[in-house]
Amino acid sequence: MVTIEINNRQVKAQNGEYILNVLKREGIRVPTLCHLPDLFPSGACRLCVVEVEGVPGLVPSCAFPVSEGMKIKTHSPRAIRARKTIVELLCANHPDDCLYCVRNGNCELQRLAEELGVRERRYSGAKNEYKIDTSSPSIVRDPSKCILCGKCVRVCEEIQGVSAIDFIGRGSRAYIGTAFDEGLNISSCINCGQCITVCPTGALREQSNLKEVVDALNNPQKIVIVQHAPSISVTLGEEFQLKPGTDVIGIMNAALRRLGFDRVFDTAFSADLTIMEEAAELVHRLKNGGPLPMMTSCSPGWIKFVEEFYPDFIGNLSTCRSPQQMLGAVIKSYYAEKQQIDAAHIFNVAIMPCTAKKFEAERPELSRNGRPDIDAVLTTRELARLIRMRGLDLRELEPEGADTPFGERSSAGKLFGVSGGVMEAAIRTAHYYLTGSELPLVKVQELRGLSGIKEMHLQIGDYKLGVAAVSGLANARKLLEQIKNGRKDLHFIEVMTCPGGCIAGGGQPFTTNQEILKARMKALYEIDRDALVRTAHGNRYIQRLYQEYLGEPLSATSHELLHTHYFERKVLK
Amino acid sequence: MNDKVEEILKAYPEAHRDALIPILQEIQQSEGYLSREAITRVGDYLKLPASKIYGVATFYNQFRFQPIGRFHIMVCRGTACHVKGSAKVLETLKRELKIEPGQTTRDGLFSLEVVACLGACGQAPVIAVNGEFLAKVEPDKIRNILQFYRRKVMDNAK
Repeated sequence: MVTIEINNRQVKAQNGEYILNVLKREGIRVPTLCHLPDLFPSGACRLCVVEVEGVPGLVPSCAFPVSEGMKIKTHSPRAIRARKTIVELLCANHPDDCLYCVRNGNCELQRLAEELGVRERRYSGAKNEYKIDTSSPSIVRDPSKCILCGKCVRVCEEIQGVSAIDFIGRGSRAYIGTAFDEGLNISSCINCGQCITVCPTGALREQSNLKEVVDALNNPQKIVIVQHAPSISVTLGEEFQLKPGTDVIGIMNAALRRLGFDRVFDTAFSADLTIMEEAAELVHRLKNGGPLPMMTSCSPGWIKFVEEFYPDFIGNLSTCRSPQQMLGAVIKSYYAEKQQIDAAHIFNVAIMPCTAKKFEAERPELSRNGRPDIDAVLTTRELARLIRMRGLDLRELEPEGADTPFGERSSAGKLFGVSGGVMEAAIRTAHYYLTGSELPLVKVQELRGLSGIKEMHLQIGDYKLGVAAVSGLANARKLLEQIKNGRKDLHFIEVMTCPGGCIAGGGQPFTTNQEILKARMKALYEIDRDALVRTAHGNRYIQRLYQEYLGEPLSATSHELLHTHYFERKVLK
Repeated sequence: MNDKVEEILKAYPEAHRDALIPILQEIQQSEGYLSREAITRVGDYLKLPASKIYGVATFYNQFRFQPIGRFHIMVCRGTACHVKGSAKVLETLKRELKIEPGQTTRDGLFSLEVVACLGACGQAPVIAVNGEFLAKVEPDKIRNILQFYRRKVMDNAK
C-alpha cells in the first residue's frame, strides 16, 4: 500500500495500480473514450489526463501507475483545458450531425462536448467522408463518425478472438476497416455487436428492422406475433431510467399489446423447449458414444465462430435450434394449425438482446417453403425506440401476462439470459431424464456469476459429468484449444458469445459497467429463486406441446422443426 | 505464384509476428504486389488475422495490393520536387489515369506510386516510368507523356 494525494486529499492505493482505478474507487470521474475495464490500457484518447506534481507533461491516468507520495490534480485548469481541446479537435472532422444520429442523447462524444462546455466550432477541418458499410444483416459501420478510440478493434480481438476489423492506413487517413476493405458481411465478423456496445459514438450501430416491423403492424393482413427473449425484461427498464435489474415483464407485455402486436409470447417458453431437446440430446450422446463434449447452440455468434474458425467441432454442436428459431417454427406450424391461421399471414417478430439474431433469422436453413420462421428481429434498444416513438409511458401501464400457450415458462428458461444459465437449466432436466428424480439442490452455484470460464464436475446417476460454461469467445477459443490438445474430462459445454451472456448482448442498453451487468444477472437469479416451476420438464405447456404435437424429444417432428445443421464457412480470417 | 510465396515462407521457419514485415517485403519484391491469397497464406503461417496484416501493410506506403501496370509511374514528392510543383504533377496524373497512388488502371497499362525522393533533385520535378527518369515534368505535358506509352503498346501490337 502507498499513500498518495488526490486533489489535496490523502488516499491509500496499491503500489503500481493505475491512477484511473484509484480515481474510480474514490468516486472521482475523469472522462475516458478509449478505456475498457480489465483490458491493457491503450492510452489512445488522452481524455483522462491529470497533472502529477513533478512530471512535466500531463499524464494519462489510465496508463500511469501510482507511487508513494504522488500528488495528483485531476481537474486542474490545465487538465480541463487539454480535455476540452481534445474534444474540440475530435469534433473538427466529425460529421457534426447529432440531430440525425442514432446515438443522439446517449453519445459519449456528445456528452463530453456538453460537460466540457464546447460551445463554438473553434477548429474546422475537412469532414470525414467514408462509405457506410450496410452489408451486414446485423451491424452498420459508419467510419465518418469514428473517433479512432480503437475499442471495437480490441473487443473484437481480445474479448471475442475474432479480429474482423483493425486500423487501416495511417495518420489522418487512418480508419477502422476489414481486411481488403470488404463488406462486414463477408468478413469473419460473427455479428455479436460487442463493438456496438463499446462504441462511444454512432460509428457502429445495429442494422435496424424497425421499418419492417412498423409496416407489418400497420398491415391489416398480417398477424404480427412477438416474442421476447429471457433477458429483455430485466434490461429494457434502463432505457426508461429505471434502476438496473428492474424486471418489467408485465409492463413490457402491456406495452407490446399497445404497440399493436396481436400475440405476445415469451422466448423463455421455447428456452424450456430447447432444454427438453438439448438435455435429451445430451443423454442420447452419453449413451451412444458422442460426439462429446456436446456444445450448446443457442448463441448465433458462437455458431458462426465455430463454422469459421473451428469447423472440426461442428459435430460437437448441439443440433438444437436456438429458442428464437424454435418458437418461430412452432408458431408457424403447430400454433397456426391450432388457430387455423394461414402461416403465410403470420409475421414473427423477436425482441432480442442480440444483433447476431438478425443474421440467424436470415439463415436459409431456418426457413420452410421459402418462408423464414422469424421475419424480423429487434434489439432491446430498438424496442425502446419503438415504445418512445409511440409515446407510451411505461409508468402508466398496468402489468399484463403473456399469451397462452407460449407465454408460460419455467424459470429455467429465464436463466438463458445469463452465462451458465443454459447449463444450469439443462442439468436440472438431464438429471430428471437420467435418474427419474429432481436435482436435490435446484440451484447450481458453480455456474453462476460473471466469470468467463466456469467449470464443475458432478455425478448424475451413473454418470460423472464434466461441464463448463464460457462466455466471450476468446475464452471459448482457450477451451477449444485445450480440447484439441487432448483434454477429455468435459462432456457438456455452454458457450455464450457475449461476456456474461445475453444480459451483456450487443443489442442491450449501452453499458460496460460491471455493476449494471451484475444487477441484470441478479434480477434473473431472483426470478429463478422465487419461481414455482423451475425446470423445463415441469412446464405443463411444454408437456402439452409434446402430447399434442411433437410426441417426444428428438422425435421426427422435433427434428424437422426444432433441429438444424451447420456447415463450414470459408471467410477471410 | 503460390510456390513463390511458399518458398519465401520456407526461409522463415517457426516465425512469429515480428517476421511479418520482412515477409511482406519479400513477397512484394517477388510478386510486385500483395495479393489476397498471399496475405491469407501469411496469416495462416504467422497465425495473424487477415485484418491485422492488411492494417500493417496499409500503414506503409511501400505495399501495394494490385499488380503493377505495364508502365509503373513513380512520382517524386521530395522537397525539391515539391518546391518545383510535384503536387500538381501528381494531381494531373491521378486525374488523367483516374486512379489513386497504389492503384493500377483497369487496362493494366499504368500504375502509380508516390515516393519520397528519387535522388535527382537537380532535375525536379521528376517522375520515373519503369525506372526511366523523366526530368522537369510539366503538368500540361503529362497527357503527351501518357500518350507516348500508349502508342508504344499499340506499335508493339502491330
